[in-house]
Amino acid sequence: MQLIPCPYCGPREEAEFHYGGQAHIAYPQTPQELSDFEWAQYVFFRDNPKGPFAERWHHAAGCRRWFRAVRDTATHELLAVYRQDQPRPEVVR
Amino acid sequence: MTASVRPLPTPGADLPDHPAFLWDNPDPKPSYDVVIVGGGGHGLATAYYLAKNHGITNVAVLEKGWLAGGNMARNTTIIRSNYLWDESSGIYEHSLKLWEGLEEDLGYPILFSQRGVLNLAHSLQDVRDSVRRVNANRLNGVDAEWVDAEQVKKICPIVNISPDVRYPVLGATYQPRAGIAKHDYVAWGYARRANELGVDLIQNCEVTGIDVVDGKVTGLRTTRGPIRTGQVALAAAGHTSVLAEMVGLRLPIQSHPLQALVSELLEPIHPTVVMSNAVHVYVSQAHKGELVMGAGIDSFNGYGQRGAFHIIERQMSAALELFPVFARAHLLRTWAGIVDTTPDASPIVGMTPVDNLYVNCGWGTGGFKATPGVGWCFAHTIAHDEPHPYNAPFTLERFTSGALVDEHGAAAVAH
Repeated sequence: MQLIPCPYCGPREEAEFHYGGQAHIAYPQTPQELSDFEWAQYVFFRDNPKGPFAERWHHAAGCRRWFRAVRDTATHELLAVYRQDQPRPEVVR
Repeated sequence: MTASVRPLPTPGADLPDHPAFLWDNPDPKPSYDVVIVGGGGHGLATAYYLAKNHGITNVAVLEKGWLAGGNMARNTTIIRSNYLWDESSGIYEHSLKLWEGLEEDLGYPILFSQRGVLNLAHSLQDVRDSVRRVNANRLNGVDAEWVDAEQVKKICPIVNISPDVRYPVLGATYQPRAGIAKHDYVAWGYARRANELGVDLIQNCEVTGIDVVDGKVTGLRTTRGPIRTGQVALAAAGHTSVLAEMVGLRLPIQSHPLQALVSELLEPIHPTVVMSNAVHVYVSQAHKGELVMGAGIDSFNGYGQRGAFHIIERQMSAALELFPVFARAHLLRTWAGIVDTTPDASPIVGMTPVDNLYVNCGWGTGGFKATPGVGWCFAHTIAHDEPHPYNAPFTLERFTSGALVDEHGAAAVAH
């Protein structure tokens, strides 16, 4: 089991967390103007990189707060964790 | 008093030997009519049906590792066609019919054993959904019946049907024609016959780029040199997003680890296949005697072929409640494959916005059973530059048009 460093609680076991998928997906600014294609992109299409990926996690069995992480999907290594109100950090590997 | 004890036969002793020769291991030629990327079950079956059904034999299958070493080597070999929607039962039932004649067709033993599958229901809603699915299956000509807990016990005596457990067995759907096959033999059978028909199977050959000129595929760059080709067909499961990105194509798939495990070899105790969505485990017993079990996916996106141990723990506790007799079995080995899941839990098989580029992905946790069926339909799609009726509903455009084939939770799909 992996340890995930919650930015509020420190490292905790993976089983305490809930995964939230890709981070930084903003609700469309002008939803009424979106085409079907653009709606599809917003609703169904997410990045699926092999490598660093910015994603959301929820510390469900801890502080119950959402945060973000950059994690390498090939190695499962957590490269950075940060709060919801922070921009994606530069990851130096 | 002494009793003579007859030694038990070695497990697996009845498995057939392999032929002395399976396939050539050629270097890539400078050009092919069709290149299939991915030498797993789907890629090999596609190559075989391209050659057999359509006479297209100037074909290469590129595999970055060794043939059938990805999800084809890692699945739990369950074959069934009891899906809810017409679109799904169409392609899966087509596949099951091909399975029924595959050993003869390939001239290779694949140990297809139609031992039936039970999909357990543990709640009133499960029961309603299951009965609905049985009725839908029957309307589509798929064999299915609803069995109550006592009948479950008759079909599979080791299932615990006691009412005082957390998730009691209230009944199950039963598809007698479902079963298991020996996954490696299936891949080797396809590979051998495809090779005989003239297909080049090229291993240790990773695709590093896809050349597109005027919106049309012209070739591939690989770790073993460039290859010119008129048509490219992607069949790379969990890595399809990585390939599609080379041409700027975005796919609605997410890659996750999916874990499975086997026990030590045991006497035959499990006569069928048992799946339970509610407690998230599926179990059968392989020909050699291992109990083969699978779970749900690990929640995070991942390309590493391993998952978290607490998933296995949860899966084992579910298995133990259903099968108390497993308590003394030892876990032998766990592993994971990378599965490509879609938002509606149905695959994407067909055309792409790039001319002469075809995609077969999104099979998620259930691609093995579809191997013959999708190979057949994907070959048709490539040969005719239009989808076969069975894969026509599984377009990429459905995520824009809204015509989803929503099998999630609706058709015994363990995701």
